[in-house]
Amino acid sequence: MSGYSQSEPLARTAPIEANVRKGAKPASQSHRLPGDGIIDRRSPLQFSFDGKTMTGFAGDTLASALVANGVKLVGRSFKYHRPRGIVTAGSEEPSALVEMRTGARREPNTRATTQELYDGLIANSQNRWPSLRRDLMSINQLFAPIFVAGFYYKTFMWPARFWEAIYEPMIRRAAGLGKSAELPDPDHYDKAWAHCDVLVVGAGPAGLSAALAAGRAGSRVILVEEDSLIGGRLLSDGGEIDGLDAREWLRRATRELVSLPNVRIMTRTALFGVYDGGTYAALERVSDNVAMPDRHQVRQRIWRIVARRSVVTAGAIERPIVFSGNDRPGVMMASAVRTYVNRFAALPGKRVALFTNNDDGWRTVETIERAGAHVVAVIDPRHEVPVQYQRLVDTYDLRVLAGVVSDVKGGVDGVRSIVVTNGKNGLTQRIDTDCLAVSGGWNPNVGLSCFHRGKPIWREDIAAFVPGNAPKGMATAGAANGELSLGACLRDGHSAGARAAAECGAVGKPGEASKADDEAYSITPLWHVKGKGKAFVDFQHDVTASDVTLAQREGFESVEHLKRYTTLGMATDQGKTSNINGLAIMAEASGRTIPETGTTIYRPPYAPVAIGAFAGHHRDENFHATRLTPSHHWAARHGAVFVDTGLWKRAQWYPRAGEKDWLESVTREVLAVRNGVGFCDVSTLGKVDVRGADAGAFLDRVYINAFSSLAVGKARYGLMLREDGIVMDDGTTSRLAEDHYFLTTTTAKAGPVMQHLEFCRQVLFPELDVQLTSATDQWAQLSIAGPNARKLLQALVDPSEDLTNEGFPFMGVREVQLRGGVTARLFRISFSGEMAFEISVPARYGAAMAENLMIAGKPYGVTPYGTEALGVMRIEKGHVAGPELNGTTTADDLGLGKMMSKKKDFIGRVMAGREALTAPNRQVVVGIKPVDRARRLRSGAHVIPKGAIPGPQTDQGYVTSVCFSPMLDQWIGLGLVERGRERTGEIVGIHDPLRTEDYEAEICSPVFYDPEGVRQRG
Amino acid sequence: MRIACPFCGERENGEFTYLGDAAPKRPNFVVDGGESPERIEDAFYDYVYLRDNLAGVMREYWYHGGGCRSWLVAERNTVTHEFIAVTAAPGAGAASAMRAGE
Ligand SMILES: [Zn+2]
Repeated sequence: MSGYSQSEPLARTAPIEANVRKGAKPASQSHRLPGDGIIDRRSPLQFSFDGKTMTGFAGDTLASALVANGVKLVGRSFKYHRPRGIVTAGSEEPSALVEMRTGARREPNTRATTQELYDGLIANSQNRWPSLRRDLMSINQLFAPIFVAGFYYKTFMWPARFWEAIYEPMIRRAAGLGKSAELPDPDHYDKAWAHCDVLVVGAGPAGLSAALAAGRAGSRVILVEEDSLIGGRLLSDGGEIDGLDAREWLRRATRELVSLPNVRIMTRTALFGVYDGGTYAALERVSDNVAMPDRHQVRQRIWRIVARRSVVTAGAIERPIVFSGNDRPGVMMASAVRTYVNRFAALPGKRVALFTNNDDGWRTVETIERAGAHVVAVIDPRHEVPVQYQRLVDTYDLRVLAGVVSDVKGGVDGVRSIVVTNGKNGLTQRIDTDCLAVSGGWNPNVGLSCFHRGKPIWREDIAAFVPGNAPKGMATAGAANGELSLGACLRDGHSAGARAAAECGAVGKPGEASKADDEAYSITPLWHVKGKGKAFVDFQHDVTASDVTLAQREGFESVEHLKRYTTLGMATDQGKTSNINGLAIMAEASGRTIPETGTTIYRPPYAPVAIGAFAGHHRDENFHATRLTPSHHWAARHGAVFVDTGLWKRAQWYPRAGEKDWLESVTREVLAVRNGVGFCDVSTLGKVDVRGADAGAFLDRVYINAFSSLAVGKARYGLMLREDGIVMDDGTTSRLAEDHYFLTTTTAKAGPVMQHLEFCRQVLFPELDVQLTSATDQWAQLSIAGPNARKLLQALVDPSEDLTNEGFPFMGVREVQLRGGVTARLFRISFSGEMAFEISVPARYGAAMAENLMIAGKPYGVTPYGTEALGVMRIEKGHVAGPELNGTTTADDLGLGKMMSKKKDFIGRVMAGREALTAPNRQVVVGIKPVDRARRLRSGAHVIPKGAIPGPQTDQGYVTSVCFSPMLDQWIGLGLVERGRERTGEIVGIHDPLRTEDYEAEICSPVFYDPEGVRQRG
Repeated sequence: MRIACPFCGERENGEFTYLGDAAPKRPNFVVDGGESPERIEDAFYDYVYLRDNLAGVMREYWYHGGGCRSWLVAERNTVTHEFIAVTAAPGAGAASAMRAGE
C-alpha cells in the first residue's frame, strides 16, 4: 500500500502552527517521495542540523526530515564513538539522540524520532569532536578492550589518585551524552489533575476501539497518545477496517470520538508512571513543537490522572537482531522504514535489503516497491516464504535468501553492503545495499503493566513477553497484550473498553467492534548471529553481545547483575529495544530458558521527563508558599531587611542611613527599647483558640504546668513535652473566659503543635469537651516594649482604659477599646525583659496599628525593631528559644524543671522521669561569656575543661546562641554544658574547630540582664 | 495514592500526614494512685517505642492536615498500599458535647 493523502487533521490538536518563511526556497529533499504521506507540502519548514540548513514539511519529525534529506549519520555512540543513524520512528529510539535548540533552551539527548519539525529548528549531533564526520574520539574503538563490560570496576584498580587525575576526565570527555544548558531554564512548566472513569493509553487501533466502546457506553474517557496524531500503526501500515481503507476508518473513528462530550483526546501526552490507587502520570509536550512557547504558555505539563479503570493499548516495539555491524547508519527497523515511507513520504534507502525472522517484516517489501525503490534481497532464516507473501516473490521478482546477515560494511555515510551467510551450507555472499531493514519480531509494551512489580509472562508462539499481573484496575489490550493482528487488536480493544466502562457502572451500549483481517503471524526466534565484528545489543550504551557473554562467564548471570555490570538498559531509552535481546543472549549463554532468566524490574518513568516538569511552577520565589506578616508592607516601606523563617518573611532589622553594618542597626534598636520604647511584629507565633467546658483540663494534659488554675484575665508561660519526655514547644497561654483560652506556640512549631493538639483532642482524650481553632492568620500581634511602652499605649487606647500596674498588672490579659473604636486584646507579657505589652488586632488592622504606633510614639523616639534585636534581648534575659528547644533537651535541661506538676498526668510526664533524662551529668542551659571581653563568641563552638585537649572524651557541650550585648558591651551566649549549673564562675575552654579558634570563657547565669526581673514589672 | 476521608471524600495523599500504628493505647493511670512506678514506666515504654511492623493489613493514624484537620484511622495493606477502610478518630469532627446530644 501507499501512504495517505492527508488533507484534514486527524485529531483536534493536530495542526502544526508552522511559521512558514515567505519566499524560502525548499532545499532539495533528495529522498522525499512524490506520493502521499501525512505531511503538508504547502508548509515547507527550514531547519538546521549541525549548521547545515535543510527543508522539511509540517508533519515531519526531525528524523523524517533528515531521512528526506538523505542524512544517514546523525550521531556518535556513547563509548566507542561509532557513527550512528536513525533506527526507529518512535519514542523507543536508542540511537538518533540530538542536542535540541541553543542557549538556555539547549536540551541534550532529544530523540529525533519524536521531535516535531518546526520552522527555524536548530539541532546538533552529540559526542563528536571536532565534527560528526571526522570524529577523533572514534579512536576509542581501537581501545575497545578497556571499554568492555565492567570496565569501571576492573580497569581502574590502580592508585586512587589516578582516578581523579587521569581516568575520570578522560572517560568524561570520551564517553558521555550531550551537554545540557548552563543557564536557568527560561520556560514554564505546569502540573494539572484530570479525573475519568476509563483512561486509555495509546491511540492505535486497539486504543481507538477501547475509547469508542467506553465512550459509547457513557463513561468519562481520557485517551492519551504520545504522538502528535492518533492512529498508531494505522498511520504507517494502514489496512482495511470494516471494508474501509484504514485512513477513512480512522477519520470516522476520530470524528465519532470528538463528537462524544464524555471523551477527551490528549495528544503529545505520554503516560510515564502508574501509581497506587489508580493514579497515573503523563507528560504533555505542550510547546515542544514550536521554537519557543507562546507568551504565558507552558513548555510541558505533567498530568496526574485519576482513573477508576485503565486500558493500556500502548502497542509493541519491534526488536532488532544482534549481528556484526548492526549499528551502522542505514540499518533500520523494518517498521520504521515503512513509517518513513508511508507516513512521511521519506525514503530511507533506494536499494533496500530486508532481514526478518517473522511474517510481519515481509510487509516492508510492498512498501518499498510501491514507493518506487527496490528490494535487493529478503533474508529470512526460516527457509520458507510465508504463504501470504508468496505472490510478492513473483510480482517483484524478489531475491529471497534463506540465511542470516552476518556482517554489515560501510562508513560514515552508512551501509554499503551486507554479508549474508547461507543457513544450510554456511557459504557467504555480499549484497550491495544502502538500507538494511531488520525485524526480529515484536515485544509488547509491558512496561506500564509491570510498574507494580508485575511479572511478564513468556509466550512461545510470538517469542515475546506479555503482561502478567497488571496493577489493580488496569487491563491491557491489542499489541501491548500480544495481539499482533489488526483484527485481534480491534476486538481486544473493544472488549477491554466495554468491560472497563461496565465496571465503572456505565449502562450505555458499547456498539460493535470494528472488523479487520487477522493476518497470520509466525516467528522463529533469532537473537544473535555470531560473527567477528562488534554486534550491538544496547545501541545507546554501546553494550555488545560479547559484553553479555563475558558477564555470564564472570558470574553475573542474574539479569539484575547483568544490567549493572554491563549497563545494559540503563541509558535514557531504558533498554526498550535492547533488554529482551540481552536477556535472550544471557539465557543462551547460561543454558537457561528465557522465562527462567527473567526480566529486570520495570520502574517509572517510562520515558525521560525533564526535572523542570516535575518542579512545575515550584521554583525560585515560588518554590514554596510565602507568608507575610500583617505589617510586612509597612516594614518594607520603612526599609526593613527581611529574613526567611520557615515560610514567613520577617523584618530582621531596620537599617538607617549612615549605619555601617547590621550590628550597628541592631545595637541601636536594642538600646532604643531598653531606654525608651520600640515595637516588633510577632504575629508569626502560632495562635490557637481553645474553647469548651474542659478547655482547662485539656491544657493541663498537654502542658507540664497547670492551666485550669489560671485566673480569667491572666496569662501564663507554658511548656509542653513530647510523650518521650523531651521538650516540644513553649509559649504563653491566656485565659480569656472560664471556657476560653488563647494559646501561642513558637513560629517554627505552629503547624506541628496544632497537629499534636488535635491528636490529643481527637485520639487521646476524646471524652473532653474542647474545640481547637487555628487563629495564627486572624490576628496581628505587636509587641510594644520599653520603659515608655505604657505611655505610648495610653495614647492609643480609649482614655477610660486603666493601664497602670494596679489596673493592669504584669501577666494581665484583657480586651481594650482603641481610639477609633477597634477592639483589641492586650497582653502584659515580656520577652525582652522590659515593661512590655503585646497588642492583638484583627489582621487587617496590623499595618495601621504599626503606623499609629509610629505616630503616637514620636515624642518617645519609638523605634521599630526586628528579629535580631528581639534575639539579642532574649539572650540577655536568658530566655530559651529554638537553639535550646532542639529536640534533645528536657524541661530541667532548660532550667524549667520546677514547672513540672507533681499532681497530674501530662504528656511526657512518665518518660521524662527516666534515668537518662534525669542524670546529674546532663548538659544544661548556662550563660557563657569570653574572658577576653573583646573576643567574639561563636555559636556551635565546643565547651571543654580549661586546658584540656579537644576531643570526644573532653567535649562537655556547646554554645547554642550568641549575640553582642549592648548592655554588657561584649559578646555573650547561651550554651548547653555538662553539670553547667554547678559550675557558675568556672573558666572553661572554648574550641571552635570550624574557625580554628581556642579561647577561654566563663560559665555564668543565663540571665545576664536585670536578673531580678524588676524592669518587666515596672 | 488516594485516601477516602470520611468528612472530605477521596483526596490525594499529599494532603495527609502519616503517623503510624494505631494499635498502642496511651496508658491510663492515677497520679499517686498506688500503682507501681515501674509498671507505669514499662507501660509507657511499650506505648512510646514498641511497634509491630506488619506485612499486611495494619491500622494506622493519618492526619488530614490539608483538609478538615481530622485524625483518621486507616486500615491499609502495607504490601499493596491498598486502603481497605478509613474511619474518623473517636474525637474527630463534631465536638464531644454535640456527640453527647447537647
Ligand atoms: Zn478530611
